[in-house]
Amino acid sequence: MQTVKMVVTGPFSAGKTEFIRSVSEIDVVSTERKVSSASEKSIKDATTVAMDFGRITVDEDLVLYLFGTPGQRRFDFMWEILSEGMLGFIVMVDSTRPETFREARSILETFHAYAPTPYVVAANKQDMKEAWDIEDMRHVLRIDSKVKLISCVATDRESVKAILLELLYSILSEMENGEK
Amino acid sequence: MALSGNLRDFTITQLLNLINLANKTGTLIVEGPSETAMVSFRDGKLAYAQIDQENSSLAFVLHKAKKLSSGQYKSIQQGAAHISDKELGLLLINAGYLSQEDILTDLQQHFTDIIQRLFTWVEGFFHFDNDSLPPDDRISVRLDLENLIIEGSRKMREWEQLQDEIPSLDMALKFTDRPGTNLRNVNLSVEEWRVVSYINPRNTIRQIASATKMNDLEIRRIVYGLLQAGLVETTRLEGASTSAPTVRVFPTEDKEEQKSLVNRLIDRIRSL
Repeated sequence: MQTVKMVVTGPFSAGKTEFIRSVSEIDVVSTERKVSSASEKSIKDATTVAMDFGRITVDEDLVLYLFGTPGQRRFDFMWEILSEGMLGFIVMVDSTRPETFREARSILETFHAYAPTPYVVAANKQDMKEAWDIEDMRHVLRIDSKVKLISCVATDRESVKAILLELLYSILSEMENGEK
Repeated sequence: MALSGNLRDFTITQLLNLINLANKTGTLIVEGPSETAMVSFRDGKLAYAQIDQENSSLAFVLHKAKKLSSGQYKSIQQGAAHISDKELGLLLINAGYLSQEDILTDLQQHFTDIIQRLFTWVEGFFHFDNDSLPPDDRISVRLDLENLIIEGSRKMREWEQLQDEIPSLDMALKFTDRPGTNLRNVNLSVEEWRVVSYINPRNTIRQIASATKMNDLEIRRIVYGLLQAGLVETTRLEGASTSAPTVRVFPTEDKEEQKSLVNRLIDRIRSL
């Protein structure tokens, strides 16, 4: 059995667990715990403290694993471990919480430094009224025009599929460019 | 969609940078702790600025700039209060009292002063109104934001924030290839020019700091300003290893098999 993996990262409460849950064929192995800090508690009750783990069986001898990273900085020791051997990664950003954009940028740079693999940025919660415009987010996050910044609703399977496909297209494109 | 938020999360510098890069037109309304500022932009350039009900009439601005004496200012207030700024400006130019350049320069300075005050606001809420522009009777200017942004960033001395923005000094820098960026038109300090002279994807920020004899804080301040002005961007160090991590990404070394594997993944995701 061959396996490949992708990593879903992003700030606290960006929607990483939901993203994986939307496409995983198994119940996501999530290690959520009640949040302890008062400020985080106001956003959600439970958070990922180690990692989420989802699976998509491609065929009888290939499996794609999806790993979600813990969003809080105090668990960043896990990030490098999770990034090892990844095919590519997805940075989830909550479009409605501009206070997390700086953190998202920092996470993006950190992961890109761990491994120069292709990545896409998913602007999550774009279905919400207070969501920032995609192009405004691109400027604020300082994302190069060559990098895909894609509208996303992590609870919508079709939206999640679109993000995964865009990442795979980027991976394929990079492989083909590398041959030239 | 919404361009609004809290100054604790988004500094004035970052907002101006966004407006500049996005070439936005409209009015930024910032509600500070004790006053409200309205700053208008056209195509990403500063057009007009006013704080609350503070007097920002042309007569007041020219008086503040010592172009009008107290007596002249008083006379205008009493005798010509009904005429608009544009009309007053034309009268002064036609009378040969001031040139158009004098007037625009003083207005630019006045608006710049307001922006400089805004940089000190760290608490408050902002929103950007795309449909709002300066009153028709006021004279607007067209001022590039880059220099204002650099000046504003100099005021941001919070070490923690700088560290957040530039988490690693082991990254390299390169000049952005954004059309319209012209480094020679931006006023840089001597220290900034020294840093600029070393910018090269082969030099880490740490190496630049060492070459320019700056400490971590000093180099972060300067790099932050250059990043916010959109002049440079971080990049991976050229010549650094870009080989795959120690753990293999693909289960096979064969390039064709790797591509086949990715295509199988694509087909599978499509069929979900």
